[in-house]
Amino acid sequence: METPKESPKGYSRREFLKLSATSAAAVGLVYIGLSKFNKDGSTVSAAAASVAEIPIIWMQTGSCTGCSVSVLNSLSPNIRNILLDEIVPGKHLSVRFHATVMAAEGEKAMEELKKTAQNKGGYVLVVDGAISTKDNGIYCEIGEVNGEGVTGLEHVRNLGRDAMAVIALGTCAAYGGIPAAEPNPTGCVSVSQVFADAGISTPVINVPGCAPHPDWFVGTVATILLGGLSAVKVDSNGRPTDFYGKRIHENCPRNGYFQLGQFSKKFSDPYCMYQLGCKGPVTYADCPLRLWNSGNNWCVGANSLCIGCVEPGFPDAMSPLRKKAEGWEVNPLSVPPVEKEGTGVNTAVAAGLGVAVGAAIVGAGVAIAKGSAKADKKGKKE
Amino acid sequence: MAKIVIDPLTRIEGHLKIEAVVENGVVKDAKSCGMLFRGLEILLKGRDPFDAQFIVQRICGVCPTTHAMAATLNLDSAFGIADQIPDNGRIIRNLIQGANYVQSHILHFYHLAALDYVDVTKVAQYDGKDAGLNSVKDFITRALTAGDMSMLGPFYPRYEGDYRLSDEVNISATAHYVEALQMRRLAHEMSAVFSGKMPHNVAIIPGGVTEVPTVDKIANFLWKLNQLRQFIDNVYIPDVLAVADAYSDYFGIGAGCGNLLSYGVFDLESKEKDLSKRSRLFRQGTVSLSDLKLAALVPSKITEQVTSSWYKSGAALYPGDGETEPDHNKSGAYTWLKSPRYDGKVYEVGPLARMVVNYVAGDATVKQAVDGVLSYFNVGPAALFSVLGRHAARALDCKIVADKMADWLLELKPGEPTCVEYQTPVESEGMGLWDGPRGALGHWIRIKDSKIENYQCVVPTTWNASPRDDKNQPGTMEQAIIGTKIKDESNPYEIGRIVRSYDPCLACAIHLVTPKGNEISKFRVI
Repeated sequence: METPKESPKGYSRREFLKLSATSAAAVGLVYIGLSKFNKDGSTVSAAAASVAEIPIIWMQTGSCTGCSVSVLNSLSPNIRNILLDEIVPGKHLSVRFHATVMAAEGEKAMEELKKTAQNKGGYVLVVDGAISTKDNGIYCEIGEVNGEGVTGLEHVRNLGRDAMAVIALGTCAAYGGIPAAEPNPTGCVSVSQVFADAGISTPVINVPGCAPHPDWFVGTVATILLGGLSAVKVDSNGRPTDFYGKRIHENCPRNGYFQLGQFSKKFSDPYCMYQLGCKGPVTYADCPLRLWNSGNNWCVGANSLCIGCVEPGFPDAMSPLRKKAEGWEVNPLSVPPVEKEGTGVNTAVAAGLGVAVGAAIVGAGVAIAKGSAKADKKGKKE
Repeated sequence: MAKIVIDPLTRIEGHLKIEAVVENGVVKDAKSCGMLFRGLEILLKGRDPFDAQFIVQRICGVCPTTHAMAATLNLDSAFGIADQIPDNGRIIRNLIQGANYVQSHILHFYHLAALDYVDVTKVAQYDGKDAGLNSVKDFITRALTAGDMSMLGPFYPRYEGDYRLSDEVNISATAHYVEALQMRRLAHEMSAVFSGKMPHNVAIIPGGVTEVPTVDKIANFLWKLNQLRQFIDNVYIPDVLAVADAYSDYFGIGAGCGNLLSYGVFDLESKEKDLSKRSRLFRQGTVSLSDLKLAALVPSKITEQVTSSWYKSGAALYPGDGETEPDHNKSGAYTWLKSPRYDGKVYEVGPLARMVVNYVAGDATVKQAVDGVLSYFNVGPAALFSVLGRHAARALDCKIVADKMADWLLELKPGEPTCVEYQTPVESEGMGLWDGPRGALGHWIRIKDSKIENYQCVVPTTWNASPRDDKNQPGTMEQAIIGTKIKDESNPYEIGRIVRSYDPCLACAIHLVTPKGNEISKFRVI
């Protein structure tokens, strides 16, 4: 489809890309705050004096609402900052359609949707949920136009075609996720797949996770607003490397137990969860460093499994959940499981354990590490 | 005759459409239609039973904990370990579930329901120092300055014509809306202390829980809980009363079917295998408005009917034998929601059912709480069967659970086990009955060759938003809408208020509406 799209009121994707280098005034979206409302003589907050509105259409398709609920959990900025204040200085996310929070309903809601979408190239589309395509997508309908139900598939096509960019939030929107699991009863696919099938070229950034961490969403949005779309570096699965660039296993505080061969034998044990089925070795996200729910805990921290929920192919690629991650059945005492540039993991671990590591064994370790990386094709990096 | 169609009915979980036929200003007929079908019961077939807990949570991101609990109780029973859960495991399950009750109820009242009653635009007049209110005021000011009311999204537009609170209460309630955003997040943080993360926890598993109690976790949980209890006592409950004061006619609107059912929730013992008899904080049972007497819960009386639903198979089936085979061409059907029935009758589930079942059973805590509300408004128990009765019951439910969690925390024993081990059976059957924030949730499993052969869920919103059944009885929410006076057909706020009082969760109910069927209307209003 043709791109970029220009519109008198909004700005094109090209302009959007260089938003950071452009003053808000240049894109014609400046609103001057009114000091007359300040009876105590203070100014409307300084930032409010010139705020660019970024209209958001948030479409939940085949969704459980968990992605939206997770974004509500954002700590800093908190959800009040996101909805009301500037998410980054001078820029306000103006949520025009989000069925779970919006006051409007029925036709009033659909009118807002239509009005926002008329500003072609001037809004960001957030999709959470997979898109049902079987039987023309009739398994998911959101609203009516002229008395006819509109399917999620139609919404994503129509709104996606004219959006300045799309964030596919959560594993369902990014890769199909749970509803696309075998036998995929309603023919669910990702946003990218819908676009590919319809020849839509609007940029899509995947922010997977079931549910995604609020920081992954907020951080991605902030990166775009500060540096333009090109500032978001993504891996081969279309997700920002800032958040999905590192293997869970490598940053796991229990990695030391893996190296020592000390494994949890049952759930609730405090050691490495690999033998119980932890998918940390084949999953790329920063959960062990970032932690969840304002730093209170995370999956492995609760003596349970990483289930690989950010990966394409989740859940089938991770099932059964109790099955060990493939390609990692090495003896960690004799052969360190992975060799990466700069980590020095081979020599350090071998020396630390007092294990005599011959050249042949190191060679074997490298070969296995390569094999692991190959087996781990779903999670490969850029 | 006019037909009102509200699609999407927003500020609920999921995709819901309501159709109402209005004659002389009164709703003569109503249809509740779920708009999404994902088929999670279908894709569970053939999987490792252990995985069920993780998959079914993805039925609903608002109440995943409830599905985790129903699934693990289901698996506990199928694995033959229902009477072996260690006390630590039982208590931590209660704490994780309780945290989700608090989260869900606060979210529902403030962020889903309140905009039906609270006029946030009044904050434009605010003249104080509260940071949250000044955020709202700046936000409104920007829109007014630009002359673009769309900038007030997602808080505007809305149905107009019936905002009754004083400016002062509108402003304070808006401040509480903002504060409640932090409070519901805090409730999720509290859950994560023991559940690993939210939404979609990892700690509730068959046999118990994975997270262990330590003194620092207990203290962390307790002081988060205490903040929430203060909010519930000093903000949430007073706000519900303030809304009820101003909209007291809603004690007489949205009565529904008059039959209530609860599976009970929050296990107080670990030894009783039969979930319909297990000692629980909120007990199992049914009550009808006609006699207000408690009747014992008999799970075999539960059936699911699909006369009006887009599913193959005609007979009313016990959920353990249930089928989920979509057929969107089935004639005469108008929704993908099934019709669960108890003893062939329509029942309502949710906080109202929990409060009334325990009230008539004579539970001292519930009786004191409910009597407090009834005497405040000088009404009898029948008034609870209403829009406001449901909101009040939900707030009391929230308070009682939050208070009880403080006691449970101190019953934890650091160092003692939280789960038991088990073998996955080759063949077995299971049932998990539990009440989530939105009401009675049942899961049924059949295992063959150590894999899931069949899995069925009967969820709260399927009870409440169900369509007409084999006897043409409308579901309780449909009944609650029928007979309602609509003051202004172009602003039918009454319907949204009735529907939201049930706190529907359509991702749970997972079904879809008919393509336009019998249009009985003369013209469309909405």
